[in-house]
Amino acid sequence: MAEQKYILSILVDNQPGVLSRIVGLFGGRGYNIESLSVAATIDPLVARITLVTMANKPVVEQIIKQLHKLINVIKVYELTEASYVQREMALVKVQAKPEHRAEILRIVDIFRCKVVDVGQEHYTLEITGDEDKMTAVLNLLKPIGIKEIAKTGIIALFRESK
Amino acid sequence: MKLTGAQILMEILKEEGVDTIFGFPGGVVIDIYDELAKTDIKHILVRHEQGAVHAADGYARAGSKVGVCLVTSGPGATNTVTGIACAYMDSIPMVIFTGQVPTQLIGNDAFQEVDIVGITRPCTKHNYLVKRTEDLAGIVKEAFFIAASGRPGPVLIDIPKDVSSTKITYKPSKKIELKSYSPTYNPNMKQLHKAVKLIKDAKKPIIFAGGGVVLSGGSKELTELAHKTRIPVTCSLMGLGVFPGTDPLWLGMVGMHGTYRANMCTGDCDLIVAVGVRFDDRVTGKTGTFAPNAKIVHIDIDPTSISKNIPATVPVVGDCKITLGHLNELLDEESLGDLNTKRKKWLDQIDLWKSTNPLAYKQKDIIKPQYVVEKLYELTKGEAIITTEVGQNQMWAAQYYHFTKPNHFITSGGLGVMGFGLPAAIGAQLACPDKLVVDIAGDGSIQMNIQEMATAKQYGLPVKIVILNNRYLGMVRQWQELFYGKRYSGTNMEHAPDFVKLAEAYGAVGLRAVKPEEVESVLKKGLSSPETVIMEFVIEREECVYPMVPAGAPITEMLLA
Repeated sequence: MAEQKYILSILVDNQPGVLSRIVGLFGGRGYNIESLSVAATIDPLVARITLVTMANKPVVEQIIKQLHKLINVIKVYELTEASYVQREMALVKVQAKPEHRAEILRIVDIFRCKVVDVGQEHYTLEITGDEDKMTAVLNLLKPIGIKEIAKTGIIALFRESK
Repeated sequence: MKLTGAQILMEILKEEGVDTIFGFPGGVVIDIYDELAKTDIKHILVRHEQGAVHAADGYARAGSKVGVCLVTSGPGATNTVTGIACAYMDSIPMVIFTGQVPTQLIGNDAFQEVDIVGITRPCTKHNYLVKRTEDLAGIVKEAFFIAASGRPGPVLIDIPKDVSSTKITYKPSKKIELKSYSPTYNPNMKQLHKAVKLIKDAKKPIIFAGGGVVLSGGSKELTELAHKTRIPVTCSLMGLGVFPGTDPLWLGMVGMHGTYRANMCTGDCDLIVAVGVRFDDRVTGKTGTFAPNAKIVHIDIDPTSISKNIPATVPVVGDCKITLGHLNELLDEESLGDLNTKRKKWLDQIDLWKSTNPLAYKQKDIIKPQYVVEKLYELTKGEAIITTEVGQNQMWAAQYYHFTKPNHFITSGGLGVMGFGLPAAIGAQLACPDKLVVDIAGDGSIQMNIQEMATAKQYGLPVKIVILNNRYLGMVRQWQELFYGKRYSGTNMEHAPDFVKLAEAYGAVGLRAVKPEEVESVLKKGLSSPETVIMEFVIEREECVYPMVPAGAPITEMLLA
């Protein structure tokens, strides 16, 4: 069965060791983690983990059941089968020689990125968007020269029904 | 009321009805031991912490209670890991208390410090590090609740020294509050109606029962279902005893060393009613070819067990006992039709399989292990609690001791721990003081926790140990004989101790049989003794367990001899 990408939104007790239980479950059972993002929710006792995994349908069902079995997991949502919004943020340090500066700023403008730091030889850009946008921007920046990159991993929420 | 952590712990243990603790003291649990001595709780001092956990396991299985262990930090804690993993695989309710270095030393590589919560995370149902004495009571209550509810399992609580020695104002704890943990006991009735339809339509059905039925106490309901529907029953290793091994509808165990007829049934049946099982690889063989014609009704309290290895046609999440009870209510005898005619062809086919390839052996000049187990069965009238070690001894016990009641076969099924049987027998004997408890062992595995002989003697526990001595690690040797050109690499155990003298050295009784005609008298003498007894049987060195399905082969393709 073909693997596809699933985005899991997992609400957990905001306690030490809980992330380790989740990551340990994935490692121990051979499941894959593409990206992972964790922070407390508005309720300080609860944290949301957004986890992207590549799996086939039976495996992702098993993953969800296994997650539910952990005592500290409060709720698991699988977002990809419904309507959802997703964002990822990246900080990208691009080489900015004088002859490339204008082009970089054009890309920044077109994709509504932000320049958050400027140096003699580089720009640091903030890029926020979904995966497609992220790929498009990075593909344009690559030939110019990416020195360093830091990404948050995907975060996502269901869309409210209108 | 001002109490120390250790005193609070005793309060909660009393509340939870704990009467026996298996343990081994050390520096950071002295405060707890000091308080323990002031209670009525019986402490069983084992000789190795692994023994404590297996003993608590045997106690839990035989007595249907939560097993409790208490050990110190560091090596005390790490020595429990095998036992915990064993209990986790077999879903045994247990609470393990480990001592920890004082909170201010945690993370400093202090003497006898180990991150036991980190180590046991993947092999406990849940675990805790108690950071404040104020949290202790709530955590302990929660742990007992988690261990015993839903699909049971071991829960570990790590208690730093200062948490047990600090005095706080103690108020008896409020109710347990768990945000999301609530096991599903009652099945979805819609799913059950689907199951009923499949059962009514099936021409060649079987029931496949496992450890979940033992744990839920659903043996009576299972037997009722089988008799009512005249569906033959097989069990996994963990399920043996939930259906009488003497019943005409009994197929024997299924799997790698299952009976010919049980394995053939899985290949031919059109419906499997699977109850409290997880379709382990030792049951299914090659999953792609398992039960190719069968629809599967899968009842289990743990949703992760369903459709994990074998996809279920009708998944039913629920407690086995409750679900089987509902199923029996829904299956009214009238609508089932004339079962005698309906089942005749199927049961005839099964009889044919049974008569062509029954479990068999030939007793000649050298003692056959199967003969020992069969004699043991006869002499104990099938009433003994049998624990086993792991390997050939375990399979012969499963095949030739015909269990008629649940909680009477105590074996390390999932993890397969050699050295399990003796400590488990100690635990079982404590849970059931009036029962005859027999450990069926091999010469290899008995040596893995032989030190617990001293524990048995210290507490006057008359456990009986049957050693089937072939001076080999027999099961591995069997694989080497069958699949590795008889290259017996690392399996020859020629230099075993003299088990009779060993028994005597521990102050127990030692008996030995070397000839077939001595088997019965040794068993009679040993079983009737009020002492702890080792009975050694010098058996055919290269006897194999049959049938055998080679690992990864279809379950219907058996080596028969």
